[in-house]
Amino acid sequence: MTAGHTRSLSVYVVVACLVLMLPIVILLILAFGHGGYLKFPPDSYSLRWFGVFFGDPRWQRALWSSLLIAAIACVIATVLGFFAAYAFVRGDLRAKKLLLSFMLLPIIIPHVITAIAMYFLSGPLKLVGNVFWIGLCHATVALPIVLLILLSSLQGVDVNLERAALSLGSSRLGVFTKIVIPLAFPGILSSALFAFLASFDELIISLFLAGVRSETLPVRIWNSLHLQVEPVIAAVSAFLIAVTGVVLLLDALMRQLRQARLASQANGR
Amino acid sequence: MTSIESGQGKGAIELRLVTKRYGKERVVDSVSASIAPGEFFSLLGPSGSGKTTTLMMIAGFADVDEGQILVDGTDIVAIPPQRRGFGMVFQNYAIFPHLSVYDNVAFPLRARKLPDAEIRERVGQALELVRLERFADRFSRQLSGGQQQRVAIARAIVFQPIVVLMDEPLGALDKNLRYQMQVEIKEIQQRLGMTVVYVTHDQEEAMNMSDRIAIMDSGRIEQVGRPAEIYENPASNFIARFLGEANLIAGTIEEVGAGMAVLRTAGGLRLRARADPGVQSGVQANLFVRPERVMIARAEGAAAAEPALNFVSGRLAQTSFLGNILRHAVEIEPGVRVTVDVQNASSGLFRTARETAALTWAAADSVILLR
Amino acid sequence: MSKPRKFNDPAVLVMPAVLLLALVFVGPLIWFFIQALASIGTPAEIVAHAWAIITSKAVVTALSTTNWISLMVTLLVLLISYPLAYYLANNQGLRFTLVLFCIVVPYFTSIIVRTYSWMVLLGRNGIINQVLQHLGIIDEPLALLYTKTGVLIGMVYVLLPYMVLTLFAAMKAIDPSLMRAARGLGATGFYAFTRIYFPLSIHGVISGSLIVFILAIGFFITPALMGGPSDVMIAMLIERSVEIMFDWSGAAIMSLLLLFATLVLYAIYYRVTDVRRMMRA
Repeated sequence: MTAGHTRSLSVYVVVACLVLMLPIVILLILAFGHGGYLKFPPDSYSLRWFGVFFGDPRWQRALWSSLLIAAIACVIATVLGFFAAYAFVRGDLRAKKLLLSFMLLPIIIPHVITAIAMYFLSGPLKLVGNVFWIGLCHATVALPIVLLILLSSLQGVDVNLERAALSLGSSRLGVFTKIVIPLAFPGILSSALFAFLASFDELIISLFLAGVRSETLPVRIWNSLHLQVEPVIAAVSAFLIAVTGVVLLLDALMRQLRQARLASQANGR
Repeated sequence: MTSIESGQGKGAIELRLVTKRYGKERVVDSVSASIAPGEFFSLLGPSGSGKTTTLMMIAGFADVDEGQILVDGTDIVAIPPQRRGFGMVFQNYAIFPHLSVYDNVAFPLRARKLPDAEIRERVGQALELVRLERFADRFSRQLSGGQQQRVAIARAIVFQPIVVLMDEPLGALDKNLRYQMQVEIKEIQQRLGMTVVYVTHDQEEAMNMSDRIAIMDSGRIEQVGRPAEIYENPASNFIARFLGEANLIAGTIEEVGAGMAVLRTAGGLRLRARADPGVQSGVQANLFVRPERVMIARAEGAAAAEPALNFVSGRLAQTSFLGNILRHAVEIEPGVRVTVDVQNASSGLFRTARETAALTWAAADSVILLR
Repeated sequence: MSKPRKFNDPAVLVMPAVLLLALVFVGPLIWFFIQALASIGTPAEIVAHAWAIITSKAVVTALSTTNWISLMVTLLVLLISYPLAYYLANNQGLRFTLVLFCIVVPYFTSIIVRTYSWMVLLGRNGIINQVLQHLGIIDEPLALLYTKTGVLIGMVYVLLPYMVLTLFAAMKAIDPSLMRAARGLGATGFYAFTRIYFPLSIHGVISGSLIVFILAIGFFITPALMGGPSDVMIAMLIERSVEIMFDWSGAAIMSLLLLFATLVLYAIYYRVTDVRRMMRA
């Protein structure tokens, strides 16, 4: 590309990035506004709407439901996803591509269909509003994410390290606890974080399954949005963005750890 | 120092018609071999010859499709790798990157739940043996390739295995360090008296270290023997070429008798060489002779007809300077070249190409190989 | 000696995850379809009912709306993403990190939050209208929210990162020396781009477009919140028939239709994408 092309590309990229970040930044600013309706820029700033969010028992319940469901989904998806990813990387699996494509289906099939099917079953089984059941359903959606992260993470673990441990007399379980899990730990933590986030932000399945008992934060936002655009939603949104920010920050840390691990392994080559 | 010794002094390994298939292909095909206790036994071959797969089957990381692997008379095919008790050294060392040198070497002892005091003593001795006492607290990323290899060796011998398996352990090291490590490994093996099965594609390494070598090609063992035996008496053209430089002169067998045969080249030269009883007159064959066994001189007069020697004259086509030796290519017939290695002892025997040269070698130094 | 160690093959470790998907994902789907369809009656009645639903005005309109919006979104996302991905693939260091940050942060932000943020921006008294009126560019507020334009903006924003990341992966695999070689052989920048770079990136263009289109046809949250009364997509129709009309069989038939389209497109995606690429995603 010529210099002119390069410059116009750079200008385009800067504008695009601003537009991409604009809604999120404005929402963050609005969340700190004091007024009774959304105005940009706000006339005055305060933590008033965060106070409303953390003070309202209904928002509180929604927050706890979200956390609990996300924790359940995260644990199930991470554990099962780890074993599945290990089977893909080390196992003698037939039709790997087909099986992997199948296991990615929960993020491909429209959530509306999945949610209705799960809801259809939940009604007669009296599972609507059951936190553990919702967590289990969210785990199916989080599983593909875990799988994709851990596949690349486990591929970075040299198979000869596992063989060495076995030849030195370690049990299969010992190979997991002493070699594979410590070496893949940054990846496991990353995948757990994103599994948590996937469930924490999930709306459609929760919408059908949560009932009144276990309304999650996204469901509560959804219900409020149908009433009016009230400023407390900006505060709740800011909170959700902050959770995303924390997850991304921790993931960046994990990534650095992982790279350090890989570098130390590459050194041994 | 002396307490690191192999347990019972046994460790005989016997492979009986061991076969490994990937799909229809037999990557290891009916391999049989007997390895004596305390022997340094190498599997040597080009990549894809099945040598690593054979080692992986002995180690237990690859399933045996057919055949048996006996250690001191017991079939181990059904025993999982973690209970075979072999030490193993890998090409890329496989040092656990998240553990210190000490913890790496202590790993097999902890897996065996030995008391801490004993672990400390044994790890100390093993590190002393590989001269890494001062590196106990380091991690693999802080070590050089040679040091990492020593850690791998210390880790593989610290639990006193009677058999140690090594998969191209020096493949990643540079040439000088490699030779030094060969000497060290051989020394440790002799001191501890363990059986070593060693996989390599480097013939010099195999010849330097091994008591016996098995040459593998396309999943089969082509020849087993002491290094000198194989080098002097290759069983096939492949082995002759694989173990260093070889002249293979094509022709037809004309006469046979008393362990010797006469080969006639396309251009009518008659050359004598040792031959197996299986060699019969009339068949197509190659005459094999190592370049360093051929004498070269300026052609001066006709050679005397002495039955124990072969005389050939030709024209010098090319001379390569390889440092300690000069490698001459002499055309003895149109299209047939003989390579001759001469110690670079005095300067300049031949200066001009196309000069006439006389070649001489003992009939006993050459072998007839069937095509 | 048979193979006693086959039980130790790590492949069996895939089973718990497969079991979870079978029981909580595939199982409910199949159960739902069988039960909902069986409630209609005989096979002939099912076919007749399905035909009536599929040809009903609401479904036909929703399908054409879904199709149109999804195509538009895919096209817009592709046009906007390509230069971004190109920039990412050809820059390192701080520039790379900053641009990636601007794409990844929205990517991992809750869809409902992202949709809400555009509702705040696009509303009748929203920030964009406030700013435009303040600057005197317009007198009357523009109708942005609750229109097709609003749906398009919202969906493009939500789906953009999928395309950028897919294109980026494809472009990263292009050997940069090829472009240098083309230039060295006398090609102009534009010529080298159209003849070398773009054809090599076409793989990513196809994969990215497929994935965005697949996600778009099943979209629910953004069109439901940002669309007007006439912008009903098929996923919204499915949700309404359950939530409002308790019409399980109707929902099942429409779901089967959407599921079929999704799976066919996913099968094409499967053909054009190799598993290694998926593993490295």
